[in-house]
Amino acid sequence: MIFNIPFIAVAALILIGLYAVIFKRNLIKMVIGITLIESGVNLFLITLGYREGSIAPIYTSSPGGIMALPVPQALTLTSIVIGVAVLALMLSLVIHIYRHYGTLDVRKMGGPEE
Amino acid sequence: MNVADLIDLLLQHSPALIVAVPLLGAFITPLISRLNDKVRNIFVILTLGLTASLVFLLASDVFTGNIHTYIFGSQDLALPVVRILFEVDAMSAFMAIISVILSLVAVIYSWSFMKENTGLDKYYTLILLMTAGMLGMELTGDLFNFFVFLEITSISSAALVAFWTNKAKSVEAGFKYIVISTIGALFILFSVAMFYGQYNALNMAMIASAIQYTFLDKIALVLLIAALAMKAGVVPMHMWLPDAYGKAPSSVTLILVGTTQASLYGVFRVCFTIYGGAINLSSISVGWILVILGIITMLLGVAMAIIQTDFKRLIAFGAVAEIGYMLLGIGTGLVVMLNPEMTATGLAAMKGGIFHIMNDALDVGLLFLVAGAIYYATKETSLNKLGGLARNMKYTTVFFIIGLLAVSGMPPMNGFASKLLIYESTYQLNPILSIIAILSSIMLLAVFVKVFHSAFLGPALPKFENVKEVPKSMLIAMGAIATIIIIFGLFPELIINNIVEPAANALVNYGGYVREVIPSFTGGV
Repeated sequence: MIFNIPFIAVAALILIGLYAVIFKRNLIKMVIGITLIESGVNLFLITLGYREGSIAPIYTSSPGGIMALPVPQALTLTSIVIGVAVLALMLSLVIHIYRHYGTLDVRKMGGPEE
Repeated sequence: MNVADLIDLLLQHSPALIVAVPLLGAFITPLISRLNDKVRNIFVILTLGLTASLVFLLASDVFTGNIHTYIFGSQDLALPVVRILFEVDAMSAFMAIISVILSLVAVIYSWSFMKENTGLDKYYTLILLMTAGMLGMELTGDLFNFFVFLEITSISSAALVAFWTNKAKSVEAGFKYIVISTIGALFILFSVAMFYGQYNALNMAMIASAIQYTFLDKIALVLLIAALAMKAGVVPMHMWLPDAYGKAPSSVTLILVGTTQASLYGVFRVCFTIYGGAINLSSISVGWILVILGIITMLLGVAMAIIQTDFKRLIAFGAVAEIGYMLLGIGTGLVVMLNPEMTATGLAAMKGGIFHIMNDALDVGLLFLVAGAIYYATKETSLNKLGGLARNMKYTTVFFIIGLLAVSGMPPMNGFASKLLIYESTYQLNPILSIIAILSSIMLLAVFVKVFHSAFLGPALPKFENVKEVPKSMLIAMGAIATIIIIFGLFPELIINNIVEPAANALVNYGGYVREVIPSFTGGV
């Protein structure tokens, strides 16, 4: 692979995601940041199992040649499914927070202890 | 088939059943909920009771020194990564006992505590899911599987923290918790990928046998410890914990204590098993890092507890401080493990740390249940507005005194037994450590005496005139924990010799853990 571009992309995705989670004040942007980190990690897993010029690992009717490693792809699928569940839960909590405070900006939240 | 055969069969399949029973129960609960609320509560208690008996059955065998493995997938161990392995040693069984006791007590407590809430079918489903996730984290021998169970636990517990969605602060705490857990879990997945890329293995034993302690492994170690310590609420990554503990329903808080400890178990598994072979190089520095984190956690937790005015938030900071003792005990064990002159000290420290995991779960759990009882009776959590409750709630008061003495390590409660082991062993490593540990204990006592004074003593307040003692199910739950606390406090030797020592030995003996999967492995003691 040219200049290890996928790995550079992994690092960029995770760092941008972390930046969004730490410095953004909007809850939706924080959620987007988390999904970016997740994409980065998933891309890392997929890249680990890929070799240049390899084909999909389907053993029946294979034309021969090297195949990509299927295990990281299975791991990534699991991780994507978990990610969807987490995303749904986070967004539903954001909806509840918006109903209570009428804003998504963390600086404007607060108010008295109940 | 006679009974002995049946028990053998159950024992053989128990690692799978322990996770499968609550998982299946979780998805049957909404269906049964349509019939009748009472039937559903009994069903959930029975499900957890069955899980608990399976855990005890498995533990009784594991504590004699056996390691149980359960293979999902190909039985041929020569083939790489076409299976998921559950591997149960004494440490896993020890943690599973704690988790299952906490869940069972929490469900009994919820019977009355959550009675007036709606959406209880979802509540019980999530509690069972959370229990299944926690037990899975503790029994699994596969790192990716560990990540999956960790996520199951975080998702269900975040939903439970935010269960009272009518309160803005609860939802906020839930959101904070899910953000923290997800980022932690993603970094765990990242380090799992690093291991897989290098060693072509996801199994903890296989990684432990192949690990080279390369630069990437060091990064993975940092990521794993940081992420799991964050989930365990170690200072300086503790900011989510007081919110989550303080704003969740008390019964949920009790199980949350269990989940943080399951994450702590992850830290120990990583340090002692996966990096067990590399520990020769790293034990001193990693051990000292754990010790220092423990000291900071203790001091900061206690210092923050002093200034709180909210009952549950105060206990939550007390819980943060307690986590410090476990880290201190285990860290000391790791530091002196390779020094042949101090083997006894190291083992004593490990025993103290491990015993304290169980004691902390019980003590802090009891205090949270008392806080929940007070909230149930008065609808009030601010210490400034409470007072004179000992007149109306005599049983709750007694339970609070027991919890107070236990959490601050006073004899004859269980906290004393484990803290004394930690004081003694850390004194031999460095006297300053034990002085700080004793100081934090005294401050904890001061904090909780203040709480006792402001909530239970003082003149009778007119607005609490009609406050009654809480219902029976809550008293039973608190009484069960209080009884265990006193028994552990009176006979600590019994517990240490039969349960804690096997767990400490299992944690140190990483070679045995690896050999169970790879018989040709020669490392380890």
